[in-house]
Amino acid sequence: MDTKLKMTRRAFLKADASLGLGLILAFYMPIGLSKMVAGKSISSTSFEPNAFIRIASDNSITVIVKHLEMGQGISTGLPTLIAEELDADWEQIKVEAAPAQARLYRNLIWGSLQGTGASNSMANSFTQMRQAGATARSMLVTAAAQRWNVSTSEISVSKGVVQHNGRKLKASFGELVEAASQLTVPENVTLKESKDFKYIGKHVDRKDTGAKLNGTAQYTIDMQLPDMLTAVVAHPPLFGAKVKSFDDSKAKMIKGVVEIVQIPSGVAVLANGFWAAKLGRDALKIEWDTSTANTLGSDEILQQYKALAKTSGAVVRSEGDVGKALARASKRLVASFEFPYLAHAAMEPMDCTIALSDEGCELWHGEQMQTLTQVNMSRILGLKLDQIKINTLYAGGSFGRRGNPQSDFQSEAAYIVKEVSGRAPVKLIWTREDDMQAGFYRPLNYHTLEAGLDEKGNITAWHHRIVGQSILAGTMLNSVLLEKGNDPMTMDGAKDVPYKMPNLLVDLHTPKINVPVLWWRSVAHTHTAFIETFIDELAVEAGRDPVEFRRSHLSGQTRLLNVLELAVEKSGWRKPMPKGRGLGLALHKSFNTYVAQVAEVTVSKEGKLTVDRVTCAVDCGIAVNPKVIESQMQGGIGFGLSAALKGEITLKEGKVDQSNFHNYQPIRMNEMPHIDVHIVDSNEAPSGVGEPGVPPIAPAVCNAIFMATGKRIRSLPISLHDLSYS
Amino acid sequence: MLTLLVNGEKRNIDVDIDTPLLWVLRDNLGLTGTKYGCGMALCGACTVHINGIAVRSCVTPISTVIGKSITTIEGLSQDSSHPLQKAWSEEQVSQCGYCQSGQLMSAAALLVKTPHPSDADIDNAMSGNLCRCATYQRIRAAIHTAAKVGG
Repeated sequence: MDTKLKMTRRAFLKADASLGLGLILAFYMPIGLSKMVAGKSISSTSFEPNAFIRIASDNSITVIVKHLEMGQGISTGLPTLIAEELDADWEQIKVEAAPAQARLYRNLIWGSLQGTGASNSMANSFTQMRQAGATARSMLVTAAAQRWNVSTSEISVSKGVVQHNGRKLKASFGELVEAASQLTVPENVTLKESKDFKYIGKHVDRKDTGAKLNGTAQYTIDMQLPDMLTAVVAHPPLFGAKVKSFDDSKAKMIKGVVEIVQIPSGVAVLANGFWAAKLGRDALKIEWDTSTANTLGSDEILQQYKALAKTSGAVVRSEGDVGKALARASKRLVASFEFPYLAHAAMEPMDCTIALSDEGCELWHGEQMQTLTQVNMSRILGLKLDQIKINTLYAGGSFGRRGNPQSDFQSEAAYIVKEVSGRAPVKLIWTREDDMQAGFYRPLNYHTLEAGLDEKGNITAWHHRIVGQSILAGTMLNSVLLEKGNDPMTMDGAKDVPYKMPNLLVDLHTPKINVPVLWWRSVAHTHTAFIETFIDELAVEAGRDPVEFRRSHLSGQTRLLNVLELAVEKSGWRKPMPKGRGLGLALHKSFNTYVAQVAEVTVSKEGKLTVDRVTCAVDCGIAVNPKVIESQMQGGIGFGLSAALKGEITLKEGKVDQSNFHNYQPIRMNEMPHIDVHIVDSNEAPSGVGEPGVPPIAPAVCNAIFMATGKRIRSLPISLHDLSYS
Repeated sequence: MLTLLVNGEKRNIDVDIDTPLLWVLRDNLGLTGTKYGCGMALCGACTVHINGIAVRSCVTPISTVIGKSITTIEGLSQDSSHPLQKAWSEEQVSQCGYCQSGQLMSAAALLVKTPHPSDADIDNAMSGNLCRCATYQRIRAAIHTAAKVGG
């Protein structure tokens, strides 16, 4: 751990020392090579041509990864790009998490913010990392050419060895480090053509595999610092409640409890180790002020939404005249859909380690949004942004939860360490119950859909209304990301519905409810993709095959059509099936990735549902690592299926009903379908795979249930419905 | 002072005897490979072996394991050479990786009892271990792979 810490600090210093170029310039020049150059190394034992690569004289290459590894494989994906252009040997590559330093490590799609999300890590880094690798390669070649007194054109590089074939000269990267570090960083480099790729599009082993199978991978919960205390917090029973008073006399008597402090979000017990802290927390007697707290139950919230859905919302897209078209339609179909609050429930509950010193504040945790957390920490602790150091560790899952613009649990850790005046480093650990009950959920949503068909069975009118809390409202991203005043996090996938329909209206209500909400793996697409069940209903109403019906409304949508055809072909679509068995199709584009899924289900007469198999077709542009893509599709389907089958967070009189995995039940081994993933061969720029596997699975399963039983599911989770038949 | 036998070594600790083994391993003995996920034996992230049997350490008071042989992920092999660890690597199972210590310990106990498990055996033995990344398909494949090697 010490070594890791030192290296992180060193990288941080290096980055700081090299900030000759301003944030403004960097902001306006998306992938300008010179902007990412951190300058030559001052040490002769390593060669650091830019902020992403450090080659040591022992021939090791350290790739500095700017995105959080939370399972999606980016700590393998970005080094793959560098190894490719560098012509490195995959075995010589090591990985290190980048420090929080937005000017060097910002997300190029997000302007000046450093962070991981929107499945855009690969998309924003693809050219940047390749340029970083090609730059290093070019300098190593130049160093070899000078040493051997030959032209650079006579030199080739393969698997980490630089060689002059004619004269049988060879040098490892490590041997060229000193010479290369004296050279000027070139302004322009040439990137490989895709036909020459050796790693991209092939399989390389994940860099995090080894540490994740022997217990050595470093997660936040594993942090140990000298004199560190562990904190467990008593959170309010209702959202918005505040501590009125508390009695900690019993808590103080517990062996190991060191200090008890009040913070804005509750009362924190600090102890030597988790168990004492938890016992102390449980022994607190707290009186809460609930005067401004949410006391609505989720049923009441849903009733409010239903009433609101009877009124017009903010128009986010309007084409033609839906009212007239509906009046003229030969058939009309109306439906409403209900989607519950959902918890992220990452396996590692929220946690954060923090220490204060004279220099500032240092954090160790899995962070999706480094820059926003720096801002929040600086506000709480009265420090400058560059005094907030973040050591990004592996996250034990996140699914969006560790990327809260409000930095909720990080802020909690900051308030605690501030209360103890930084006397000891603090490791805050949320219990599973905290993780499930202290908020930040996928919002509850209510949709209404009305469509008209003409006499040929084509959709002529489409009116989609969404009611759901805004995710951005009240956050520092609100002013930046709103689209014409509307929250894209609530309507993505609905406003850009891919089907061609001459008259179309999408409108939106974003009521304010005092239940904290956040993006949840694939964000709005988690519910907007459910229109795929309505498309299925329309196909049936039109007397048309669901595939042919979709195809006929998707002219020009080549990539979506490709995944549709691939999924249909591989799944054995339309094979005859007995009552109780069914195939269901859904397709959806999210984060510039196109996915179609066919689910195969069995429903017993008693109504027991089994999802047997899923065929998934995906087009994510250039498939950088097919095995990682396959795992992300399988994982996304498993995650989406957990929600579709049994996932719901409900509230009664404001209090969350679920508390742990007995009443919030993700799928288990015996419920996981067999999933075949088929990747479209593509030369388009790569797009994300972390989220896009999620959206189609719920509608695909529900469409399959319809085929098996004739029953339509219009509210989730499916477990609320009686699927039995006779 | 209590003495525990962990990964073949005697370890002395000074804690209350009803402290869950999980937190003794993590906070007192520095063996952080065993993970906390639920505290109620619902997720399996904290799985260790007690005398070779897979046990949820989060609900196991240390009073019940004194004198018994405790094995954690750190003791599954010296050098990640257990057939399951090799198979996990070959199949590229891990995503976030947080639950995988527990998955491996459950799978290791399964293979001792049932060296060539069927899919149903795997369902039975592994359904107590949650994985939110849903790596289940590859876990199943890796257990089959390791079973072949082991046999």
